Amino acid sequence: MPASNMSDPTLLRGLTQRRFGRRDALRLSGLAGMGAALAACGVQGQGTQAPASAEPDAVAKFWNGKVKNGTLNFAGWPLYMDPKRPELKKFTAKTGIKVNYQEVIQEMGPWFAKVQPQLSAGQSIGYDLMVITNSFQFTQFRDSGFLAPLDHSKLPNYAKNAGEAYKKEAFDPGNAYSIPYASGMTGIAYDESKTGPITGLADLWTNPKLKGKVGMFSDIQELANFGLLKSGVKPADSTEDDWEKAAQELKKQKADGFVRNYYDQSYIEALGSGEVWATQAWSGDIFQKNLSDNTNFKFIIPAEGGTIWTDNFTIPVTAKNPVDAIMAMDFFYEVANASTLAEYINYVCPVPAAQADMRARAAKLSGDDKDALLDVADSKLVYPTAAEYAKLHYYVSFEATSEQQKFQKTFEPIVLG
Amino acid sequence: MSRVRRKIAPYLLVLPGGIWLLIFFAVPMFTMLSLSLQEGDIVTGYRFTGHWQTYTEAISAYQTQLVRSLIYGVIATILLIAIAFPMAYWIAFYGGRRKQTYLFLVLLPFFVSFVLRTISWKQILTDEGPLLQPLRDAGLISQAFHILGTPYAVILGLVYNFLPFMVLPIYVALERIDPRVVEAARDLYANPATTFRRVIFPLALPGVFAGVLMTFIPASSDFVNSEVLGSSDTTMIGQVIQTQFLENSDYPTASALSFVLMAVLLVGVFSYARILGTEDVMKVAAR
Repeated sequence: MPASNMSDPTLLRGLTQRRFGRRDALRLSGLAGMGAALAACGVQGQGTQAPASAEPDAVAKFWNGKVKNGTLNFAGWPLYMDPKRPELKKFTAKTGIKVNYQEVIQEMGPWFAKVQPQLSAGQSIGYDLMVITNSFQFTQFRDSGFLAPLDHSKLPNYAKNAGEAYKKEAFDPGNAYSIPYASGMTGIAYDESKTGPITGLADLWTNPKLKGKVGMFSDIQELANFGLLKSGVKPADSTEDDWEKAAQELKKQKADGFVRNYYDQSYIEALGSGEVWATQAWSGDIFQKNLSDNTNFKFIIPAEGGTIWTDNFTIPVTAKNPVDAIMAMDFFYEVANASTLAEYINYVCPVPAAQADMRARAAKLSGDDKDALLDVADSKLVYPTAAEYAKLHYYVSFEATSEQQKFQKTFEPIVLG
Repeated sequence: MSRVRRKIAPYLLVLPGGIWLLIFFAVPMFTMLSLSLQEGDIVTGYRFTGHWQTYTEAISAYQTQLVRSLIYGVIATILLIAIAFPMAYWIAFYGGRRKQTYLFLVLLPFFVSFVLRTISWKQILTDEGPLLQPLRDAGLISQAFHILGTPYAVILGLVYNFLPFMVLPIYVALERIDPRVVEAARDLYANPATTFRRVIFPLALPGVFAGVLMTFIPASSDFVNSEVLGSSDTTMIGQVIQTQFLENSDYPTASALSFVLMAVLLVGVFSYARILGTEDVMKVAAR
């Protein structure tokens, strides 16, 4: 329904009228008790959408009277920090804040579904800091008013050290609610010994060697991005017509027998086991896979373009220790800490100065350790150059949930088969 | 006094189970029924509007997956009977003193997590794995041949994972058969085939019936096997429900689909019971 119709008062009245009518009918039929009881089970939401950028006094309102408590409950993702947690130990030594780091977030959808009821009821979710991706759910978190507005006066290191691209992200204008934890690229990973050179998305659609050996993501947004880029549209600028065209492209790819399957994180094993020879992939994964399993998979940003996404530090609005949380956020923007974190996770580091720090540290090492660290420091996957950034595009951003649902309905049939 | 106590006793006995059912079955079912009739979205909240169209929309959008799940469930159940009956028969009649050991062996794999076992099959069946690669090297199968991602892999996973639930009830039914009944059949000049067909099999039917209930229902609504061993072409209704609940936070559609699946399974099970004449079956079992 176009937005203009929504504001038509007669239509609106008509809708509500009919709705009441139905409920009256229920009452008349003697099912009133049942109906009322059913109605009592509604799922609470926020009722209204919070504005995209925080009210000017919202920051002061949230942060007034909040003090450091010496505890921090941090919700992160698996394999997204050195298991020995050197940065967190350093943080505790420096600030005296004890950190309870839990790898509880594995997918955005389930995470949102899990914490939504508590946040809606204004209860603590048990975490003061969480790392969330700029997906549908980021918008849902923000629009529901579940994220605390950030007090940038408490983030001096972020202001000083964050790369320019990480201070003006479309999904969170002015970084009102989030600052990046790490970024990553979605591109193509392939086994060159089996496929020969691959340059772009066209290979995944037409290269005869890849028939039945292509892996795509089951994540609707990631899948759609490749369809959009293949049809020459930047995801962030796409319209509903573009979605339809992209879905056609993706259906053709499947009908022509190129797609072996649509994968979640398991694409890595599928690539490792030879089930697929070329696949949609996340940059850091491939770097880590090559390092840990001694494989030699290649990762490219497709000639037609790839996407860049960002995982972000955010503070749930019901956090018990928000001051401790924002201190930790800023701590990760000290160059030395950003550098060691990126060294372990191999995703795009939002602090450009960390590259020089890595090189300086590598200079003090020798042998294999030196080479390994220099590999990371020189990796375009961790520190993309301007040429790479030019080929990377942002995700589709949705203005309303209805738009997102439309998007989902357009692409979902491709994955569900 | 004691008479009163004796009167109350049965109710007291049923109380723990009753409360359990009420809290963990009746209440969630009711909540889901309500959810399936609500409208809205996760940000602004869902409100009850009695919007039953969600059911028709959900059925028309996901009928492919629904029908596919039932077909997989039926095929898996038939295969299960074909595999489990001889197994249970052999253990019950020829197991001798080692019966318990054999039953334990049937159960042994189930000390490992369901998901892990399914993933192990993935390792075995994978394109360049221990099964297919030698065959491919020997030129027996083509480069493109694969098992993972096909319905065969999914049904294999279902059969493997639900096998004990078919073996055990059939075994129990066969085990209870009085050997003298079989001897009597022989004495009356029934040959082994006739004895099996007219005596043993009818007596084992309650076990088969229980086994079908315990496998067909979970197999049709399973979402792990297709997720791990299948592909987008084998998506089952359980996966759709899971995605709607956890990925899309579309609670009404997910709840409606759950009810549709439940209704379809109930109808299936009741008509199956009708055809088999369950009442007779249950009478035999109760003896």
